[in-house]
Amino acid sequence: MSPNSTPKGAAGLRADDVPLPERQKGAKALAGGLAGWVDDRTGTARPTSYLLKKVFPDHWSFMLGEIAMFSLVILLITGTFLTFWFVPSAGQVIYNGSYVPLKGIPMSEAFKSTVDISFDVRGGLIMRQIHHWAALLFTVSITVHMFRVFFTGAFRKPREINWVIGTILSLLAINEGFTGYSLPDDLLSGTGLRAAEGFIQSVPVLGSYMAYFLFGGAFPGEAIIPRLFTVHVLLLPALIIGLFTAHIVLVAVHKHTQYPGPGKTNDNVVGYPFMPVYLAKSGGFFFIVFGITTLMAALVTINPIWMYGPYDPTAGTAGSQPDWYMGFADGALRLFPGFTEFTVFGFTLSLNVFIPSLIVMPLLYSIAGAYPFIESWVTGDKREHHLLERPRNAPTRTGLGVMAISFYLILFIAAGDDLIAIKLGLSINQIVRTLQVMLIVVPPLAYWVTKRICMSLQRRDRDLVLHGHESGRIVRTAGGSFFEVHEPLPEHQRWSLVQHETPTPLQLTPRVDANGVERKSTRRERLRAKVSSFYFADSIQAVTPAELTAAHHDGSAREAIETGPDAREPGSGGPDWVGQLHGGADERPETDAYASHDEGADPASAP
Amino acid sequence: MSEHGTQPTGDQVNQVNQPGAPVSPHQGLEHRPAQQLDEVSGDGSGGIPERFSDPGLPPHVPRSADLDELAARRAERQVAALFSVSMVATVVFLVAYFVIDQGSYTFIPGIGLASLSNIVLGVSLGVSLLCIGLGAVHWAKTLMPDTDVTEERHPQRSSDEARSDAVETIVAGGSASQLGRRPLIKYTLAGALGLFAIPLLVQLTGSLGPLPRADLSNTFWRKGMRLMRDPEMTPIKASDVTVGSFYHVLPEGIDKSEHVLEEKAKAAVVLISLPPGAIQVPKERDWGVDGIVAYSKICTHVGCPVGLYEHRTHLLMCPCHQSTFDVTRDAEVLFGPAHRPLPQLKITVDAQGYLIAAAPFLQPVGPSFWERA
Repeated sequence: MSPNSTPKGAAGLRADDVPLPERQKGAKALAGGLAGWVDDRTGTARPTSYLLKKVFPDHWSFMLGEIAMFSLVILLITGTFLTFWFVPSAGQVIYNGSYVPLKGIPMSEAFKSTVDISFDVRGGLIMRQIHHWAALLFTVSITVHMFRVFFTGAFRKPREINWVIGTILSLLAINEGFTGYSLPDDLLSGTGLRAAEGFIQSVPVLGSYMAYFLFGGAFPGEAIIPRLFTVHVLLLPALIIGLFTAHIVLVAVHKHTQYPGPGKTNDNVVGYPFMPVYLAKSGGFFFIVFGITTLMAALVTINPIWMYGPYDPTAGTAGSQPDWYMGFADGALRLFPGFTEFTVFGFTLSLNVFIPSLIVMPLLYSIAGAYPFIESWVTGDKREHHLLERPRNAPTRTGLGVMAISFYLILFIAAGDDLIAIKLGLSINQIVRTLQVMLIVVPPLAYWVTKRICMSLQRRDRDLVLHGHESGRIVRTAGGSFFEVHEPLPEHQRWSLVQHETPTPLQLTPRVDANGVERKSTRRERLRAKVSSFYFADSIQAVTPAELTAAHHDGSAREAIETGPDAREPGSGGPDWVGQLHGGADERPETDAYASHDEGADPASAP
Repeated sequence: MSEHGTQPTGDQVNQVNQPGAPVSPHQGLEHRPAQQLDEVSGDGSGGIPERFSDPGLPPHVPRSADLDELAARRAERQVAALFSVSMVATVVFLVAYFVIDQGSYTFIPGIGLASLSNIVLGVSLGVSLLCIGLGAVHWAKTLMPDTDVTEERHPQRSSDEARSDAVETIVAGGSASQLGRRPLIKYTLAGALGLFAIPLLVQLTGSLGPLPRADLSNTFWRKGMRLMRDPEMTPIKASDVTVGSFYHVLPEGIDKSEHVLEEKAKAAVVLISLPPGAIQVPKERDWGVDGIVAYSKICTHVGCPVGLYEHRTHLLMCPCHQSTFDVTRDAEVLFGPAHRPLPQLKITVDAQGYLIAAAPFLQPVGPSFWERA
């Protein structure tokens, strides 16, 4: 202390003290506390508030993709659990665990550890069953989500990239499923691997080499289980998570599509903000999906490998079916005729195996992935689309979609042909022949029927807009005839039925232009015009205001004619149901049982 | 600038909509391509617009919890009850985990005999998860705001400036690197980048597995090997084989081989005794012993074991894809996706009367591959 400083009292010492800030509460505490600390270092306040305010439209069909996302999370959680006990080894051991029927039987370590998870690890069986059920749910929800996106036209610009990513994700998901259920090395999955080895052998020229490289030698070998394990827990999950992240980022960038409706335009998103509504709804939905999957795992046994026993290449059982998502490939294998195997110059070309097992799946997925580009070429539409289309308003697309689904379904049914034969007491040969014919006949038929149904629904919409709802109110006119009053649709309800565009087929520009110069249309143009006319030649147009006015006008005129001059004095304005008398007795043909019969009316009831 | 006629300005705009505010239909789609995709019939005339106009968002209908504090409190209690059930279920799980014996089974109506531990753990975990979800969703639907919020969209396309700026940056960077001016670098770089992945591919494919060589064409069977019952591994006396019987057969000594499963996957055989006169192919009769014939059990389609035998019709059927082979006609394909008949194993009897292989398989067994035949 310097000698010339003046001593101060305690009060003097405290004079310069900054008063302690009052304890902050609520929002202030958040800004100053941990969140502030993070923002100081990362600057995440702006993106955070942007994302929390983000608006999502509400519709049940938007939950399908969420189910896929949440079941992926469930798979990652339960899958990690399973790796702690599963031993990915084909090494042979003798079982001596607590499941008595298998005691003393030689089996691979993979199978033994799976049985141990099921019987000796506490809560192991529930984790295994959640994992398998979630895998089925994952593939189902991806598929149904894909249907939703397809049938509502959500794949149109700017979302084509995301459609392609989704298609790849779907393909990866079913292969992830296949590698997963092959791991326990039980009799059923081993038979699946046996068949897979046969598929690979059928590849022209390279088949036997590819099979020996993949299996590390002769089938089954000891290499395939550890290799599948790495593919199942590392390679495919990494690809799936990477592509899924891109998928969800693109959803955020594009902002979610919405169904058409009043106030919903191509330039806005109408819905609820993420914070708090979707945080609660989506977050809650995760727990609902997890909860229901867990209940299924608790109450419904899935893949009881202890009943199948360990894999033995000389044993097989009737009723060998893969998990559902591989069914279509197995069905294709059953339907593809055997005469497509040839011997050419001493080499064997086994198309009866090669095409259904290794060509059909990539081909179907390639067509699906290419569809947005095909359709945009046909329509020539380069605009962004954020309003979804109702499936009925795109009859050709909906028809094509149902056609593809019917093709897929027949293959899927074919995978269970032996079970159908046993349960229904039918001949397997007849079932296979029938399915082979159906595979060719049903898809075009499904296309045609679906398109017709869509067009009927469109006409029904037009009818509803033009003539309104039946009100149930019967009015008797002065002339004694009866009508049911039709109430016009409220404006908000009507908008959903009239807002859509009606595409017309592309026209080839005239061969000779205004100056008489001949112009040749290219083959490509002619093809495009033809496909466009296939899509849109029989488009049904949305009701226009002019049509609605004409319909009302027409109704009034008929009503005026049919009820006689007394009913509507000029200038009287007429009763309030004028112009709403549609679908009533007088509009029916005379042969109709409900047609009006004025002469039969009771004269006593006349006013 | 873009296909969109209107360029919304400003950043993200969030606003609670005024119900009923008119919004023009298909905002921003006025500039349409020449295809007239949206042409509609019925020209507007006499003041009637060509298309209906968007009436705007319908008026908001308040929920009972918005109007009635009692209803809101009821909803609050329901949400809290769901969360409480979840906590109880979690406790049940924890107790069950330690109390229930792993090996105890119980009869559950509709399910049958089931692992008690699995059911109690699963149901309690499921209920605990489900109730959190149901509570959160119920909370969101009853108490959180349900007024529609509108957010503007912007076209994905960047502005022209941003685009040309990006192109300029790339072009300028490229020329600054002098890549175009120095072809030596360009071509050597292309060569190096084109080749570097090849060692990785070669290492992988070269080391994954051995070459098949003749492995797929040979089985464990050798001339003179006894036919053994699978799985007992006991030899079969020809005189013991009754007409109509069916045996699963493996070659003698296969259980002592180095790669049992791999050998079994190729060598498995079925032995069938057909009634006299049933065999229609002389070669089949010659390769058998008094109507007893042996065929490969490995399906010529994709390799499943052909284990289903119908005694009455003498048909062998594969359980995987239902290929059906007619044993009376040298196992040719009667039906199904397979193409080739099952290869026959030529058998005879040894001095003690046991069935033995007269020769190994003379053609590859199992699924087809390119270089077979």
